[in-house]
Parts: sequence; C-alpha cells; structure tokens
Amino acid sequence: MTTTLADLFPPQSRRWARRVISAEQWLGLADRLESGAFTLVAHWAEPPLVHVALRDAAGSTGIFSVEAVDGRFPSLGGASRPARRLERTIRDLTGLEPEGAPDLRPWLDHGRDERGAARPYAFLPVDGEGLHQIAVGPVHAGIIEPGHFRFTAAGETIVRLEQRLGYVHKGLEGLMAGAPLERGARLAARACGDSTVAYSLAFAQAVEAACGVVVPPRAVALRAVMAEFERLANHLGDIGGICNDAAFSLMLTHCAILRERILRTCALLFGHRLMMDGVVPGGVSCDLAGAGEAALARLFKRIDNMLPALFALYEDTASLQDRTVRTGIVLYSLAKEFGAGGPVGRASGRPFDARRDVPYAPYDSMAFEVPVLERGDVDARVRLRFREAEQSAALLRRLLAALPAGPLRAEVPAREGEGAALVEGFRGDIFAWVRLAGDGRLAHAHLRDPSWFQWPLLEAAIEGAIVADFPLCNKSFNCAYAGHDL
Amino acid sequence: MGLIAAVLATVLQLVLVLALAPFLTGVVRTAKARLQRRRGPGLFQVYRDLSRLLRKEVVIAPNASWLFVAAPYVVFATTVVAAVLIPSFTFDAGLGAAADLIAIVGLLATARFALALAGLDIGTSFGGIGSSREMMIAAVAEPAMLMLIFSLALIAGSTRLPDIALVVQSPGLGLHISLLLAFVGFVMIAVAENGRIPVDNPATHLELTMVHEAMVLEYSGRHLALIEYAGSVKLLLYVSLIGAVFLPWGIAPLGAGLAQGALAVAFYGAKLVAGGCLLGLFEVTTAKMRVFRVPQYIGTALMLGLLAALLQLVSRSL
Repeated sequence: MTTTLADLFPPQSRRWARRVISAEQWLGLADRLESGAFTLVAHWAEPPLVHVALRDAAGSTGIFSVEAVDGRFPSLGGASRPARRLERTIRDLTGLEPEGAPDLRPWLDHGRDERGAARPYAFLPVDGEGLHQIAVGPVHAGIIEPGHFRFTAAGETIVRLEQRLGYVHKGLEGLMAGAPLERGARLAARACGDSTVAYSLAFAQAVEAACGVVVPPRAVALRAVMAEFERLANHLGDIGGICNDAAFSLMLTHCAILRERILRTCALLFGHRLMMDGVVPGGVSCDLAGAGEAALARLFKRIDNMLPALFALYEDTASLQDRTVRTGIVLYSLAKEFGAGGPVGRASGRPFDARRDVPYAPYDSMAFEVPVLERGDVDARVRLRFREAEQSAALLRRLLAALPAGPLRAEVPAREGEGAALVEGFRGDIFAWVRLAGDGRLAHAHLRDPSWFQWPLLEAAIEGAIVADFPLCNKSFNCAYAGHDL
Repeated sequence: MGLIAAVLATVLQLVLVLALAPFLTGVVRTAKARLQRRRGPGLFQVYRDLSRLLRKEVVIAPNASWLFVAAPYVVFATTVVAAVLIPSFTFDAGLGAAADLIAIVGLLATARFALALAGLDIGTSFGGIGSSREMMIAAVAEPAMLMLIFSLALIAGSTRLPDIALVVQSPGLGLHISLLLAFVGFVMIAVAENGRIPVDNPATHLELTMVHEAMVLEYSGRHLALIEYAGSVKLLLYVSLIGAVFLPWGIAPLGAGLAQGALAVAFYGAKLVAGGCLLGLFEVTTAKMRVFRVPQYIGTALMLGLLAALLQLVSRSL
C-alpha cells in the first residue's frame, strides 16, 4: 500500500490534480487517513461526485472523487475523525448518504420551519453520578457570533463539551453555483469577514489555477501586503481578546489601539479598513494610494515600539500567565490527526504553514521563519501569535520595500476548468476549490475554513478543565463561526 | 440636644451613603477607563443607569417564587443598614451603639444568603453556578473577616467600631504590626467581597466566568436597580470601613460643631475618591485568578488575621 500521493497520480501532475476512483480505492484512502499517512484537507460533494482533498507527509497534494450510487457513498468518517462533521455537512447540503458513517445527525441544517422552530437535536448521552448540564448560547451575554455549547459538568469540572454550530449558515455554495465570476469573488470575500483577504485570495488562486492565468508581479506583491496586514491586525486583536478574557483589560486596550492604527492605514492605502474585495481573480482591484508613504513609516515605527513592549507586558504579568500556562492543552497527536493548522496547530508542535509548505507566490521566493511551539496551552497560542505578528511586520517591510512595477490585473478568460488553492489565513489554511463553466460562470465552488479542524480540538482541550476557564480557552482558539457555517 | 444631633447625624449618614455610593462606583470605573486610555462614560453614569433601570419593566420568569422577588429588597435593606452603621464622618450617629463589626458581618451575610437563594430559585444553570461559587467564597471569606475582627478587638478591647477607631486614633498607640497585618487582610477581603478583580470581574460579559453577575443574570428593572445599588453601597461600606478603622483621622468627634462636621465630610469624600482610584489602578494591573485559587487567596487573609491576633496576644503577655 503506497503512502505517498505522488504514486497515485501520473508523473508531472499539477498541484491539486483530481482523479475519479472506485469505491474500493476510496476505502483504501480511508485506511491511509486512519494510519496518518494522509492528512484530510477538505471533503465536499458535487452530486453525484464526492470529493476529498488530501496532503501526504512529503507535501504532495491531490483530490480524489468517488461517484455516489443511488445517493450513497462510502463514508470516510469511520476511519477519519476530522471527516465526520464534513460528511454530516455533505448530507445536509446535498442529501447524499455517507454509508457506514458513525454519526448521522445533521450538522449545519437545523431543520427550521417557517416559524423558526428547529428540529430537536440529540446531544450525545452522558452517564454518571451528579452530572449536570450547562447550555450556553447561541445568544450570548456579549456581542459575539452565535454558537451553542453544551457542557456536562461535575461541579466545576467539565466532563464533556459538545458544540453545535450552523447558526450563521448562509447557503454560500448554493449562491455561488451558477454565479458570474465577479459575484463569486464578492461572495467568497464575505464568507468570513475577519479573513476576507485570505478568502478572496484562496478563491482567486483557485480560479487562476483553473484558467491558467499568470498574475502580474505587482499584484502578487500587493496581495501578500494585504494578507500580512490582515494577519497582523487579527493577531493583535486575538492577543488582546485572550488577555481580556482573563480580565486583563490593559492588554486589550493597547492591542485595540494598535490594531485600529493598522486598519486606518489600510483604509488609507486600499480604500477599505478590512481590504474587502481588494483581491480579485486575475490580480488586485486597487493600487496603493500615493499618500500612504508617510502613514506607513509612522505605523511601522509604532509597531516596532509597541510589539516588544506588549510582549514584555505579557511576560511580566504573573497573574495573567497564571491563567494561561497549562490551560487548555491540545496534544500534538490530536493536532496531527485533525490536520489543525494556524496558531492552534503550530502551538501544539504541528509545523504546517501553507505559505511555506504548499508555497505560493510571493512567499515561495522569500525566506521567513515559521514559529512552532510544543506546549499546546493557551500560553503557547498567545506567544505564537506574538511571534507571527513580528514575522508579518518584517514581511510587510520587505514586501513594501521591493514592490515591483507593472499592471495590477491580468485578463481572466472564460474557460472551462477546475482549480484549487490552499492559502494561509490568520486562523490557518483556507482551502478553495472551483469548477468553472465555459461561459465565465462558476459551476461549483467550495470553501473550507481552517476552523473545521480546530473546533473539535477545543472539545478535547477543555475536557477535565473547569467551567470558568472555557472562555479563555475558546478565545485562544478563536475559531470562526461564519466561515465554518458556510 | 444630644439626641437630636445624633438623629440628624444618622439621617445625614444615610443620605450620604445613598447619595455617594453610585459616585464611588463611578470613580472606580472612570479611573479604570482613564488608565486604559478610554474616556469612560463619566462619573455620574451609574446614577443614570439606576434611574433607567428603575423606570424599566420588570420581567420575571414564570417559575420564579416569591423568594426571587423579595431578595432584592432584603439585599438592599440589609446592605444599607450595614453601611449606615459605619462611622463615616462622625462618631455621633444615633446607631453608634449598634455599630458592631460582628453585626455588620451578620447583615452582609444575610444579604448574601438572600441573593444566593434567589440565584438558585430561578433554576437556570448560571444562577446555580453563581450561587455555588459565591458560597464557596463566602465559606472562607466570612471566617477570615471574623478573624481579622478578633485581632482588632484584641487591640481595642471592643468590637464596636467607634471604640476601635478611637483607639487607633489615639497618639499613644504607636506603630502596630498587628494593625498593619489586619489592614492588608481587610483590603484583600474587601476586594473579594465586592467581586472585584482578581476574584470576580464586574465588567465581564462571559457568563461562564461570572460569580456575582451570574446570580443576578435573570433580574431586570427595579429589582436589578436595587441589586446594583446595593452593590455600590457595599463597595462604599468597605471603603468606609477601612477608612474608619485604619485611617480614622478627620472623623468628627462626639459633640463636634458644624464647621468640624463639614470638614469631616470633606475628609470622608477624599478617602472615597482615593480608595476608588486605588481600586481602579489595582484592577487594571491584575488578571483574574482561577476560581479555585480564590480560597487560597482568602486563606492568606485568614492567616494574616490569625497572625495579627497571635502577635497581639504574645505581645500582651510579655
């Protein structure tokens, strides 16, 4: 049994090449997912085909498809735990039945009728003396996204956490199917507001791969500038948010001010605080505004002053570290099994960064460090974000110092084809896959948020912890609701 | 004459407590806001919030019993009475004879008991969590408080507040280690009892981490106003208590004139503002501790009280 993807494709195949295989071969994939030889990247359906995107230890990538017969396809969920929620979603969205799946409860589909009443949902049973349940959400006391958390606790100790998501399901795949490319790009940019650049970039790269478009060098550099600004701003927001959940509001206010300065500089440079719709298939939609030079110089000076000071503040506040150290530990084995990317995976010793490991321009020609920590607790996730923020600031300086001249956008021909891309957002790797109809429209598109493989780890990390530590732990993951709920 | 003055002083004390309590909360919030480089909603926002809540409709869960409705009144009444007992600016108050520290602890325990019952009464998981955490804290905080009071009583020979204050005020006392230990212990207990950081976070929106806020999550309208008001009064009570026992200077003596009384009120106001600002500073520079660390923290206060009492006994027997 081969354990490399390269052996399963003809030599010189392009990245994310796709092969239709038999049900028997499909089950062979399940074995290799179970053994850990392959990592699940995405799993979605386009009836009658069911696709799975995989990556092997050597870094090769590939997509396999199996045809559903009589609306049924062989499940990967028995062998691969990260596939389970994805298969429940496939069942919800397409009606295809995963045969032999261990969990057939709906996931994104809450079965709401016109009056808004939802179908009852069966939470997993828990047995034991003196256990009680705490239901939190989907409406919370603060202004945050909706998700339901069902805790089973023995006093203060959490015995089990079960998540229920899907409250912000937008029907993104349905909206994108048949949409013109431009509308598709706008929808992709709105999949998850805080990662709008990364989503746009993933979608654009997938379209470009499908059409064979070469993006002009200036656009490539500007895309990376936007992506790094987004990462920097979001990491600062997360660091502040995590500390605030330990009631250390000083860090939140410092981080909020710095983040706000970054966003305002982005608004000045690109005309939008979050740079929404800045990345489009073929290139970018806007150039750097000329007046930005002085603002950029001021911003970098401030970042250089503030980042070390904020890290020192974190390091020097013993009461804060007393909360973060050894709280919410994610084991390396779990991070690896679920293929968790982003700070969650890297803080647990899984050294994966799509910018380096599935390299794309301009990162393929830039040397940069991918920080990895081993401990996997809240503290590690905070520290990792600090180090990644430093890296992003350094990358931004290099990118802006050597901006190539030239056009901003290449023509995207109306061509039939399919393409995929894996892009590193601030939460982790975002996967996008598109199939283009020949008339400049999308036939099908799929976007997979990094949170799909991080939410389940939160359930594991919180087991045995105390109820009051959950918000801190949850914030240190900062998984997406909107991006996950599609 | 003496009786009329005492009654007048008591009424003034009551008015001061009710009028200044929201102001003190406003001072703490404004101090925190300024330290976080925010403008903050201003010193008088708490008054506006209270008047808004008083005018709002009360929503009561269908499964709430009379306990739920009665608790806010019990909490408010007991807390206000306890606060009036503390000599804030004069020793002349008519309730002086009842101004006993053990009585004050008893009144506050009654308020806590009523609120914890109300938290359980409604049957939500958050109310239950809040009540259980509150009682866990109370189980250690009340003995600690009593131990601290005993150490003071050993110094002053009485548990009556005016007596203690007069002894501390007297020039013959000198430097007292026991008093210093008791002071630190009292401040620690005050922070815990008022649900301030690092024990509880009054500003949090995270249901799962709340203690006090979790118990009152179901309250609305005037009930919530009474509970919030009582919270402000309790904070004022502790600042006044620490001011009266450990910094009793500026309190008008028995039979003082009007001018002296006015000066005493000004002194009292200054103590409140200073206490509020210090609390704000402390809260901004500290993270909240884990729930199960709280007993250790309060245990430290208990040990300080024990140490203060022991030192006092030892020094006396020498």
